[in-house]
Amino acid sequence: MTAATTLSWVTVCPLDRLDRDRGVAALVAGVQVAIFRTADGLYAIDNLDPVSGAYVLSRGIVGSRGEVPTVASPLHKQVYDLRTGDCLDLPGVSVARHQIRCHNGMVEVRLRQEG
Amino acid sequence: MTGGNVVVIGNGMVGQRFVDALRARDPQGRWRVTVLAEESRPAYDRVRLSAYFDGADEEDLNLHTPHDGVQLRLGERATGVDRSRRVVTTTSGEHPYDVLVFATGSYPFVPPVPGADLTGVFVYRTLDDLAAIRRYAKDRRTGAVIGGGLLGLEAANALRLLGLTTSVVEFAPRLMPVQVDTAGGAMLRRYVEDLDVACHLGVATTALRPDADGAVAALELADGAVLDADLVVVAAGIRPRDELARAAGLDIGPRGGVLVDAACRSTDERIYAVGECAAVDGTCYGLVAPGYAMAEVVADRLVGGAATFPGADTATKLKLLGVDVASFGDAHGATPGCLDVTWTDPAARVYAKLVLSDDASTLLGGVLVGDASAYPTLRASVGGPLPAAPLALLAGDEAVGATAGALPATAQVCSCNAVTRADIDTAIADGCADVASLKACTRAGTSCGSCVPMLKQLLDAAGVVQSKALCEHFDVSRQELFDIIRVRGIRTFSRLIAEHGRGQGCDICKPVVASILASLGNGHILDGEQASLQDTNDHFLANLQRDGSYSVVPRIPGGEITPEKLIVIGEVARDFNLYTKITGGQRIDLFGARVDQLPQIWRRLVDAGFESGHAYGKALRTVKSCVGSTWCRYGVQDSVGLAVALELRYRGLRAPHKIKSAVSGCARECAEARSKDFGVIATETGWNLYVGGNGGFRPRHADLFATDLSTEALVTLIDRFLMYYIRTADRLQRTAAWIEAMDGGLDHLRAVIVDDSLGLCEELDAAMARHVVSYSDEWRDVLSDADRLRRFTSFVNAPEVPDPSITFVTERGQPIPVGGHPSGAQGRQPVALGLPEVRR
Repeated sequence: MTAATTLSWVTVCPLDRLDRDRGVAALVAGVQVAIFRTADGLYAIDNLDPVSGAYVLSRGIVGSRGEVPTVASPLHKQVYDLRTGDCLDLPGVSVARHQIRCHNGMVEVRLRQEG
Repeated sequence: MTGGNVVVIGNGMVGQRFVDALRARDPQGRWRVTVLAEESRPAYDRVRLSAYFDGADEEDLNLHTPHDGVQLRLGERATGVDRSRRVVTTTSGEHPYDVLVFATGSYPFVPPVPGADLTGVFVYRTLDDLAAIRRYAKDRRTGAVIGGGLLGLEAANALRLLGLTTSVVEFAPRLMPVQVDTAGGAMLRRYVEDLDVACHLGVATTALRPDADGAVAALELADGAVLDADLVVVAAGIRPRDELARAAGLDIGPRGGVLVDAACRSTDERIYAVGECAAVDGTCYGLVAPGYAMAEVVADRLVGGAATFPGADTATKLKLLGVDVASFGDAHGATPGCLDVTWTDPAARVYAKLVLSDDASTLLGGVLVGDASAYPTLRASVGGPLPAAPLALLAGDEAVGATAGALPATAQVCSCNAVTRADIDTAIADGCADVASLKACTRAGTSCGSCVPMLKQLLDAAGVVQSKALCEHFDVSRQELFDIIRVRGIRTFSRLIAEHGRGQGCDICKPVVASILASLGNGHILDGEQASLQDTNDHFLANLQRDGSYSVVPRIPGGEITPEKLIVIGEVARDFNLYTKITGGQRIDLFGARVDQLPQIWRRLVDAGFESGHAYGKALRTVKSCVGSTWCRYGVQDSVGLAVALELRYRGLRAPHKIKSAVSGCARECAEARSKDFGVIATETGWNLYVGGNGGFRPRHADLFATDLSTEALVTLIDRFLMYYIRTADRLQRTAAWIEAMDGGLDHLRAVIVDDSLGLCEELDAAMARHVVSYSDEWRDVLSDADRLRRFTSFVNAPEVPDPSITFVTERGQPIPVGGHPSGAQGRQPVALGLPEVRR
């Protein structure tokens, strides 16, 4: 799915545009990225829900399982580790994760191609 | 012999149980079964026959389960048995048998008094009898029942409900002479007379007197009294139907019935008898539990087993005319030297008696009138030591309930299905961890259900902790969380989880808390921190579809809509290229909207006078209606007007699950109100309220809750019903499951919201009043607030770009998602419905 890959950071939006414990979708070089802001920081994974094939992960509920920060797919509730993109409910299923940082009050994303 | 042809004569409750039991034990189908049924309908629940007058229909009472290898011949009456040829002859042919089972039941005994054959005299045995009584009762004023036993009192209640001034005549000196003693009968009489049912006890009926047209008009009693009665029900006992067995030359018991041994086998080794037509070692039993035991014995014998009839538990617990009556063991103290402990509370109208052995160490039996809550524990303790001090038991002490754990292993916990304490303990040891699995495993609690509280206690006694924890973040149930939030006045999830939970929350607890906060009235659901708790549907105030687009459902109260509004919906659908479909709830669903289109769509809808339909929320959905008395020539009330009023009253009410409702304008029930959480059906004089119905995965008809209500009384009951549901139900528990799981079920619910047994009604009423005044349309409130509108973009960094993944093709003239048919050739991945969800 990673049609385009880039090594450069892309500015997405001001940090205060992100609500705590909620995601948004961003279009980064043609790739739909789901961006989350939690108490611990920022996370970015693919917006594509690999189980349903719909671009919806940014609309899932953010939370935790044990110590793991998570998002649950809004379609059928599979839970993903925001740090790694691994699905915690279905072995072998994962989504691509991307790099994300806050720079001068702006959120920036750098796409990563998962191996 | 463990195979061949079995012919069963009779398809009553016991005959059906025999067939079920045999099929369960004979999975290879070695026995082919032919069932000959005299009635035109398959087996139904005769014990609950009177529910017919509460609105239950044939389907509700149906007990029939189709099985492979079982031929049910309805309306084919057996006329003879030729034992030499081993053939049963019927009204339409012959059926050869290797084994024959009599399950012919009994017939009502009608005393040979003059006039017993007059028009207007009925028996109370079959659904046809009840239907005939109902028809005949129209335009009659007075009714009488001959017989003050269990069935007689049920019949009296039926006549009362049909609007007749009713009397009961009983030859014995008390009501229910078989089950209760003199003092219990006296207490029962007070309850019955309070319902304006006159009791004439200790007197025989000598004649039934006709009017000029030859229909019954009065009863003459032996003491000279004459009672007016346009309709008479005879419920003076039953007699076994043994005429075929007699004609076939089988031995008959001293008081009738096919004489059988402990294996339920007659004097012909190929012929068995079960249920009310059998005289086991000479004794006939008129209750269903012994009949079931016999059915199990014969099924076991047919597959080579050696089961014997265990002797009957004739214990009975029932609710007659709203009164609890129970009787068990040696209720009349027939054991030599036995002791009675009695308790009478005339104020509370409770009578109880325990019969103990001469050394007061062993419980032999008892009678309970007015309060039978101690019955399950007491009945299971018969023959063993008392589980607590007699007075504590009789006073219905809460603590006594916990004594099921003290029962001996041999105590029968479920007498309907002969399940002992030891059977339950074994099942628990084998891994049953809740009541549902115990039911599935042992059948305990699956018939009358009175032992269900004991199953819970036995689970507790075995140390099985039934976790109520909502999820890993909260150790409490939804109900407890509701109380914590309400009582402590908590308004944010972060405070709640900091003080009463752990971690960051999840997709289970966050929507639960969001729903509770909304139910308690905490402003707009998208304000502040609440927004982060909402499921995507509530977050975008629309319904997420499989392709990531959303659907929009404006509210159309009662399904009533003007042409102008209909045109607006059509124009919006056309302009935004939305797939349009009429829903089952009498409104219109518009599919295929992107999140960035939702505010534009709603701007047009709100301007035209529409508001949110809450199709996205765990909230009131619709109140469906038929057209009612306004147009319909059968309607008796304005069902549309009431549906609109109810929908507007409860719109926006957040609950543990969705709530559906409907109003029908007459008993024809075109609005399908009985498949709803609360349904209303018009009567000539008001409204009947039904609760706890649903369609879906496990369809269930709603139960009749209250009858002939004024609109005001109806609304009060619905207010309390909904608020009590919102306060106490589990997450995603529909009202049906909520009531089923409630200790005491519908009776408890009635006690709480009709009789105010918990003193809650004022609070519930106030909570609903707050909801009604604070309602505000969620979509209108979003459109007027730039901050709330901000989230409705597909991409945070490209608000003007539509989501390129949402694309359509055309089918039957409408847009549908590309790859919209998951099983089609488009090669899309299957949806994950049914994939295991692993949760810690």
